[in-house]
Amino acid sequence: MSPSSSSIAAEPGAVPAPGEHHEHHPSYLVDGTTVKSWLLTLDHKRIGVMYLIWVLLFFLVGGIYALVVRFELLTPGPTIVDAMTYNRAFTMHGVVMIFLFMIPAIPGAFGNFMLPLMLGAKDVAFPRLNLLSLYLLLGGAAIAIWGMLNGGMDTGWTFYTPYSTHTTTTVAPILFGAFIIGFSSIATGLNFIVTTHTMRAPGITWFRMPLFVWAMYATACIQVLATPVLGLVLLLVVGEQLFQFGIFDPARGGDPVLFQHLFWFYSHPAVYIMVLPSFGVMSEIVATFSRKNIFGYRAVAFSSLGIAFVGFFAWGHHMFVSGQSTFNAGVFAVLTMLVGVFTAIKVFNWVGTVYKGAVDFKTPFAYFCGFLYFTVFGGMTGVAFATASLDVPWHDTYFVVAHFHFIMVGATIMAFMAALHYWFPKMFGKTYHEGWGLVSAALIILGFNATFIPQFLLGNAGMPRRYYEYPERFQTLNVASTMGATLLAMGFLITAIYLTYSLVYGEKSSANPWNSRGYEWLTESPPPTHNFVGPQPVYKDEPHFYVDPEKAEVPDAV
Amino acid sequence: MNELLNNILFLPEQASTFAERVDSLHIFVVTVTMLSSFAVGTAALYFFFRYRRRTAEQMTEYVVPSVKTEFLFVSLPLIFFLTWFVIGFRDFVFVTTPPKDAMDVYVMGKQWMWKFSYPEGPNGVNVLHVPANRPVRLLITSRDVIHSFFVPAFRIKMDAVPGRYTQTWFEATKPGTYQILCTEYCGLSHSKMLGEVVVLSPEEWDAWLKEQRRGDLANRQDALADLSLAPPPARMAEQGQKVAAEVGCFKCHTVNGEPHIGPTFLGMYGRQETLQDGNDIIADEAYITQSMMDPGAHLVSGYPNAMPTFQGKLTGPQTAAIVEYIKTLRTPDIRTTGASQGPVYEPIQQ
Ligand code: HEM
Ligand SMILES: [Cu+2]
Repeated sequence: MSPSSSSIAAEPGAVPAPGEHHEHHPSYLVDGTTVKSWLLTLDHKRIGVMYLIWVLLFFLVGGIYALVVRFELLTPGPTIVDAMTYNRAFTMHGVVMIFLFMIPAIPGAFGNFMLPLMLGAKDVAFPRLNLLSLYLLLGGAAIAIWGMLNGGMDTGWTFYTPYSTHTTTTVAPILFGAFIIGFSSIATGLNFIVTTHTMRAPGITWFRMPLFVWAMYATACIQVLATPVLGLVLLLVVGEQLFQFGIFDPARGGDPVLFQHLFWFYSHPAVYIMVLPSFGVMSEIVATFSRKNIFGYRAVAFSSLGIAFVGFFAWGHHMFVSGQSTFNAGVFAVLTMLVGVFTAIKVFNWVGTVYKGAVDFKTPFAYFCGFLYFTVFGGMTGVAFATASLDVPWHDTYFVVAHFHFIMVGATIMAFMAALHYWFPKMFGKTYHEGWGLVSAALIILGFNATFIPQFLLGNAGMPRRYYEYPERFQTLNVASTMGATLLAMGFLITAIYLTYSLVYGEKSSANPWNSRGYEWLTESPPPTHNFVGPQPVYKDEPHFYVDPEKAEVPDAV
Repeated sequence: MNELLNNILFLPEQASTFAERVDSLHIFVVTVTMLSSFAVGTAALYFFFRYRRRTAEQMTEYVVPSVKTEFLFVSLPLIFFLTWFVIGFRDFVFVTTPPKDAMDVYVMGKQWMWKFSYPEGPNGVNVLHVPANRPVRLLITSRDVIHSFFVPAFRIKMDAVPGRYTQTWFEATKPGTYQILCTEYCGLSHSKMLGEVVVLSPEEWDAWLKEQRRGDLANRQDALADLSLAPPPARMAEQGQKVAAEVGCFKCHTVNGEPHIGPTFLGMYGRQETLQDGNDIIADEAYITQSMMDPGAHLVSGYPNAMPTFQGKLTGPQTAAIVEYIKTLRTPDIRTTGASQGPVYEPIQQ
């Protein structure tokens, strides 16, 4: 990792002279304009863009459910919907947000688009599989949405048995939809693993891979290893509902806690499927906007793998009060602490990256600040949760809701928004309005805090989650939270407006508007269909190597 | 000081010995968390400001951490986290290990109410009476789906899982009334599954117990006028047997395996019955209860529709007691299926 040459990281792969390439190497956006050329494309960039469109749509749907939930909780009694509608709304909010937004969002949209660019490859390893995973996602979503429209489901996104096998709502299609979506996730993961192993351009050694690639790689490992367990357990629940298998139902000799073990064996690692990509995005962004090499590159890379690994051994912390043995609880508590340690390594190294950097406070960096804060704060509440005795009063109260929105949703949303702004010029060749970007970032971060800080306090006060009605004493905090949610929604709305506007009327962006030395900027923006024109870029240094050529010899470690 | 912090954190009042322990750790953790978040945040803000970009093309130094720095990054959080773990786990062991002299109460969650029964005493719905300053062990189960028994003021919580017992305990420190909430989503009226714990001072407790015993006996047809001759406290299953005899179940059902006018109770629980409409049904709690309330709904093939309904004739606890009684009449081959047997009320000997 000691870069001896004084050259910049790499030479752009012969960016063609202006005007020349449009005839011969059109950007991927205009290379074929029929609907079919999009729907049947094998180009990872077009697939990435289609993912982006769909996950944004799912985010909107999930967000509408969130507002229904939040406005219902404005008063202690019934407010806008009845109890059954409310129960379905929070379930669908969770299901849509988790399975249709958070899990596919960053890998599907930005992973697909950026991974080959960052590896100097022309495409992913299996382009057809890539297209298939998009359609599996949409197919699963269609089945699940059909179920939502025909009765919906009221189990919460955790589908705990025996409730989920006894409820009269339409559980089967929604679980079956989630099962299919699982295949999409596995296919994407597999594709990324093989791409990373086999498609790296000459010069990109494992330790010169951008950290986003490391994060996607670690994520992909979890996707491939854990998702099959979820798939099976969902099928078993469907079987139990339709054919009375009796695996989880105590009335038939089954064990409901077995379901929880199986479910969390996937769903705990799944939270890292959601946050690891965001850690990867942020590593890129902090380097670009402080114009500095990543402080502790290897530590950040390995901690992704570390999180992916110990993430598999922490699931029992969801079950401290389910009657499992005290010894088990202790083991799971310690293992959970390790996740906290790995996350702390990342946080320290991100802050270290800014040290002696050159900070340009643009919208993506504003989201980085929010992200740092949500990760530190949310992560700390996670460690507090893992402290077994504290979990006892907090478990299944609003403290959980606040905690996972901070770390999982907060971090992911910050990264998603940051990535959207950071890579917007790369993907669409347009610039957005910086002022509006900063305003909406501020609104979103503020709104997020205003929504979820009151929920921490509600949890302390003892308000259980998934409550349609609540005792009077919880009202003030609920009103505060709903006001925060409104602010948050406004932030997203503003973003939607100016980004759509920029897409159509925005100024044309230069190839590398941030002056970044991330590898994905070594080609045109938007890139041509085959990613690079002419000879491949030469990769001589690690990404984000911003050392002054004059004093390039590497100084001592801090 | 503590009072103030508890208010800032919106913590409910502390009404059990465990509450005091949890809160002190809580406050320690929150303080460290806040301080370190603040430290990280301040360092970051300082760097953002101190190292802002001056020219578009500005280059930077190549700075990497030494092994010592990375070691610090790992060990610092690890030390804190392990400290919390040690204290937290000690407290967790405390709350999962009831003292030997604890008083037992059975708790049953049911959509959407809490039922309490004392091995020696009365039943209650949604209101749990306990004495102050005496450890109380709760043996918790559920009749239908998973519920979770939560008393914020005591800081205790334990899932009520159908088909098995879980336990937790508390020692209330001051008389008063404290809310019970259900924290595991259990269907339509999950948020209405509320109850309360009434903590009584020792004198009030004795008075209450006496009154309950009297009330209990007055309800029984064979009650003896003299309280001192009251029979020894009955187990739930024994009560069930008595109730079954009183209301006349044994006129038609045997317990020795022989079919009579109706099927025998021996081995009935968990048995697969063939119905007159050709379907099969497992005789679980739900089926047994339904057969008492609506006997014609699912007739077992080969028997006449002769059974009267007991709807309105049996109280909730009596029904439960009969079900528990039938559950104890298991043949060995059913008994070997282990976990499928469902909960049986056995008083735990101290
Ligand atoms: C506008 C912002 C949001 C608001 C106001 C909001 C509100 C809520 C509320 C009040 C609940 C609790 C429901 C309950 O337990 O009764 C909840 C649950 C949940 N939210 Fe959000 N949420 C928001 C954004 C998100 C986002 C962006 C995601 C994921 C990307 C998300 C994922 C979840 C999940 C997984 C649950 C658990 C659902 C369950 O209890 O089954 N939320 N949300
Ligand atoms: Cu419940």
